[in-house]
Amino acid sequence: MTSAATTSILPRRGGFFGALSDAFWRRPKLLLFLMLTPPLLWLGIIYIGSLLALLLQSFFSVDEFSGLINYEFTLATYAELLRPANFDIILRTVIMAAAVTLFSAAIGFPIAYYAARYAKGKWKAIFYLGIMLPLWSSYLVKIYAWKLILAKEGILTWIFAKLHLLWLLDGILALPVIGGNSLSISYIGTFLVFVYIWLPYMILPTQAALERVPGNLLEASSDLGATPRQTFRTVLLPLALPGIIAGSIFTFSLTLGDYIIPQIIGSSRLFIGQAVYSQQGTAGNVPLAAAFSVVPIVIMAIYLWIAKRQGAFDAL
Amino acid sequence: MTAAVEFQNVSRHFGQVRAVDGVNLTIAPGEFFAMLGPSGSGKTTCLRLIAGFEQPTGGHIEIFGETAEGVPPYRRNVNTVFQDYALFPHLNILDNVAYGLMVKGVDKATRYREAEAALELVKLPGYGARRPGQLSGGQRQRVALARALVNKPRVLLLDEPLGALDLKLREQMQEELKSLQRALGITFVFVTHDQGEALSMADRVAVFNNGNIVQEGTPEEIYKQPKVRFVADFVGSSNVLAPDVMKRLGGEARWASLRPEAIRLKPTGEGVPAKVLQASFLGASNRLLVEAGGAKLHVMLPADQAVPAIGSDIALGWGLADAHYMDDAA
Repeated sequence: MTSAATTSILPRRGGFFGALSDAFWRRPKLLLFLMLTPPLLWLGIIYIGSLLALLLQSFFSVDEFSGLINYEFTLATYAELLRPANFDIILRTVIMAAAVTLFSAAIGFPIAYYAARYAKGKWKAIFYLGIMLPLWSSYLVKIYAWKLILAKEGILTWIFAKLHLLWLLDGILALPVIGGNSLSISYIGTFLVFVYIWLPYMILPTQAALERVPGNLLEASSDLGATPRQTFRTVLLPLALPGIIAGSIFTFSLTLGDYIIPQIIGSSRLFIGQAVYSQQGTAGNVPLAAAFSVVPIVIMAIYLWIAKRQGAFDAL
Repeated sequence: MTAAVEFQNVSRHFGQVRAVDGVNLTIAPGEFFAMLGPSGSGKTTCLRLIAGFEQPTGGHIEIFGETAEGVPPYRRNVNTVFQDYALFPHLNILDNVAYGLMVKGVDKATRYREAEAALELVKLPGYGARRPGQLSGGQRQRVALARALVNKPRVLLLDEPLGALDLKLREQMQEELKSLQRALGITFVFVTHDQGEALSMADRVAVFNNGNIVQEGTPEEIYKQPKVRFVADFVGSSNVLAPDVMKRLGGEARWASLRPEAIRLKPTGEGVPAKVLQASFLGASNRLLVEAGGAKLHVMLPADQAVPAIGSDIALGWGLADAHYMDDAA
């Protein structure tokens, strides 16, 4: 028996930290307050605040003659977005983002499913490494590497030639609009690189959602007479949907905002990110740049609203 | 008559692990059949073999005379009540119960009407609009039962269905399951590690150990005439006595089981001398832990009988037929 056992209340731990521990124990909310204040200040003032300041700019206009900003409320800048040249940029970006998202979900789901249901121990580690490894290397290096892969003299053309499938590649490149002279200067090329870069952001949330689906729900469904196809549609997909939606928020919004990939790989036609970049920089039209950056926010808001209405988050 | 479920030398090996190893089993139609055993004894794997979640690595399974191996679960007219119920969290109770009919293409009005009737059968009428998360464990258990019964299965499989319920609810559900089974006439196959549950509910019990059935019979046979030591050990609170102890107590030098309620106190000088170690009050009776012949024994005394003091010397006796001899096999 040590001497500590002779008293039923132990003395307070010495010093400032002892007193602090007791104070926090008595008032747990104080600790919460102290922990949350710095990040909330950051989020509230620096992050949301600067975003609002930017959005405010979209309600101003640029004097076409002097190039100076006219600080009066107007919707003229938004009207400019509807001009065919600008509206094409929006349409192009949204279609690309939707295509990237759908394709990422389609090829990400089986990988996520395998990782959540079957991968154990070593294989699970290999899965995480395989998904995360591309994220460790520089974004620019990866994109330039893809430019080399997709170029007319690149490895992909070489592989197609070796397999005597050049006719197939030429056939794909001959497609109207999405084709081009080579993959590296076509929409297909832009699309492939977008999918490559954003795929991990689709796989990881989908895998997390699938991991939370108990295996016996799938057995119960099968037990009650559902074919694997019916089980997928009525049990697995609804329960994985919050994860897929979370992933699609990443792939969709990241594609909507990216300005480097379409600049390096693709036809020279602009995407929203590039439009913001050039309006803000060279053109000096901050209000139009701000209006362009409102577009992805509105689109994401509409997307989430529809997803919620469709019951995508009911399983949460 | 065709058996509801028949196993012929069925095995299910997982690599080196022989979860089920050469089981022969016949379950009659309309029977309430319990598979009893400790965890890892192969009883749950047997249930999963009937449901179709597992395929046998050897042997032959028939369900109502039809070959079952190679048939996926969704093509078996057999339904399961899962241990943790496995209700679909994204569907309300009515849709959960109607699920089996929905995937079979039954129209909406019919399947909701039948699901409503099934909920009434398990005494949960009007709960259809709720979510599984809003129900208590006992209610979820009933929903799982309704969800299985609405499909009118030929065999209903229950995997430790009462394990998660508290004692009072468990006893109530035992009675309800029993009367439900009698009313519906469906073959129930019930897996449990609780010997009391198996004995009180089942028409017949199979005791599992190490992937095989060690004894099969009515609850009374299992309780009163255990064939091997393992059954006596696992089923009930019988005194299992080693051959040398039996010899010292004046019996044959073989393993024997002696039920606590068969032992009586005798006047000192007669019978077997013993020493009282502990006494517990159980309500309807008192249980003594005594030492006799170098072994510890339980003795059950009726409540109206005086309890001897702890540490006192007493004498015990029992009828010759009460000592049930058995094989040593585990």
